[in-house]
Amino acid sequence: MHRSWGWLPITQLAAAALAVAAATVLAACAMPSDTSYGQQAPAPATTADQATQPMPGMTGMVMPASAPGADAPVATNTVAIQNFAFAPGTVTVKAGTTVTWTNQDQEPHTVTSVSGDELKSPALNAGETFKHTFATPGHFDYLCTIHPFMTATVVVTP
Amino acid sequence: MTARRPGGEPEDSQDRPGGMSRRQLLRHGAWFGGAVVLTVVGGEVISHVGGAAAAAADDPNALRFVQLSDSHIGFHGPANLDVTGSFTRAINQVNGLDRRPDFVMHTGDLTHLSTPAQFDQVHQMMGELHTGKVFVVPGEHDSVDDHGEKYRATFGAGTRGDGWYSFDIKGVHFIALVNTLALEKLGHLGVDQLEFIERDVAGLSSDTPIVVFSHIPLFAMYPTWGWGTDDATQALSYLRRFSSVTCLNGHVHQLFSKTEGNVTFHSATTTAYPLPHPGQGPAPIPLTLPAGALGDALGIREVTYETGQHDLAVRDRKLA
Repeated sequence: MHRSWGWLPITQLAAAALAVAAATVLAACAMPSDTSYGQQAPAPATTADQATQPMPGMTGMVMPASAPGADAPVATNTVAIQNFAFAPGTVTVKAGTTVTWTNQDQEPHTVTSVSGDELKSPALNAGETFKHTFATPGHFDYLCTIHPFMTATVVVTP
Repeated sequence: MTARRPGGEPEDSQDRPGGMSRRQLLRHGAWFGGAVVLTVVGGEVISHVGGAAAAAADDPNALRFVQLSDSHIGFHGPANLDVTGSFTRAINQVNGLDRRPDFVMHTGDLTHLSTPAQFDQVHQMMGELHTGKVFVVPGEHDSVDDHGEKYRATFGAGTRGDGWYSFDIKGVHFIALVNTLALEKLGHLGVDQLEFIERDVAGLSSDTPIVVFSHIPLFAMYPTWGWGTDDATQALSYLRRFSSVTCLNGHVHQLFSKTEGNVTFHSATTTAYPLPHPGQGPAPIPLTLPAGALGDALGIREVTYETGQHDLAVRDRKLA
């Protein structure tokens, strides 16, 4: 049977074959033909298996341990949007610097402040860029409004 | 099936997928569908919650409504080269049902990128539905760049706050929520909306059946991908005294059902394109199925309720 693998690197094809078998278990409750869902490779361990911690206010619900921009800050003015993540997750720039985001995914994303209006991009289609000049120092958390689990931070220094 | 204790405290469920690693999730594969019995009859899935609710499907006087979801008008990609055509088929399928539904609810992601042209198109298409009334709640794709302003300009008449509302039909109380604004990782209702819910149900008898619509699930389906609502527990606490609460959502583009205490959750499928099961793959990226298989992953949901019954009958039909 021909399958469309889309984003899947060739090296993960073998792993994907294993996932088909696993997926049939998960598909048991859904529509009858929906074993055809099982085309995806298992998530990398870093995605689905990372440490989790309880989230206040929602009993039994857990979130990934990473906070917005929890990874080490990187001094750069370019951010890639790739595989549903901003990279680097935290960048540090001096006030007056223009930061450029480039969407390297096929899916649209936005660059939007969590609070306030510092960052408010339109939807960026595949390959599109968004530029913003940070005039004042501060700590700017942002996310993608379409996939709000994508969070990151720009730290602007004097 | 999860034990039900009408009117009592919801049982604390320890078996939520959000608390599991992918490996644990696979190991607990039996969890899927464990809460609600799904029966397949001639290409449709009927969920029997608590017994003979499906009998309502044949009663001409029963409450009858349709849930559509995640039409993503404006999407262009290999996962579905013609989302307009798919949504047209879904509308025709609704119009071809044996009995006209009292209303149709679209649970969000009407558009793909919230453009005025996409809102115009989906609004016109929904006007073709043969039904008493069309309702909608927004998805995050309907508020990409404006906090839902264009959405409310098109669909927000008669709503409160950022677009939430409630209504009653044939003895059932319906609450339509907005949990796609003020996002950070997860869906969010916010203080104003929580207050609305509390007041909205305050005067209702505890035996009033409650149906809650939202785009993002009100249960923790897969928080890593944002498939949950961070303050849903507070909202559901106001509904704890009701004997029958049914929460219908979209967002995840796949069927899924579970029961927690007095609440049954049903995630609907999409009219546009499937997404992976939780944790299968690095992100919720649209799935491209083999030629000819797409229609089987898409569908519409018909819900019926007969006065005096405890539960609603939920029928998920593949796209015809």
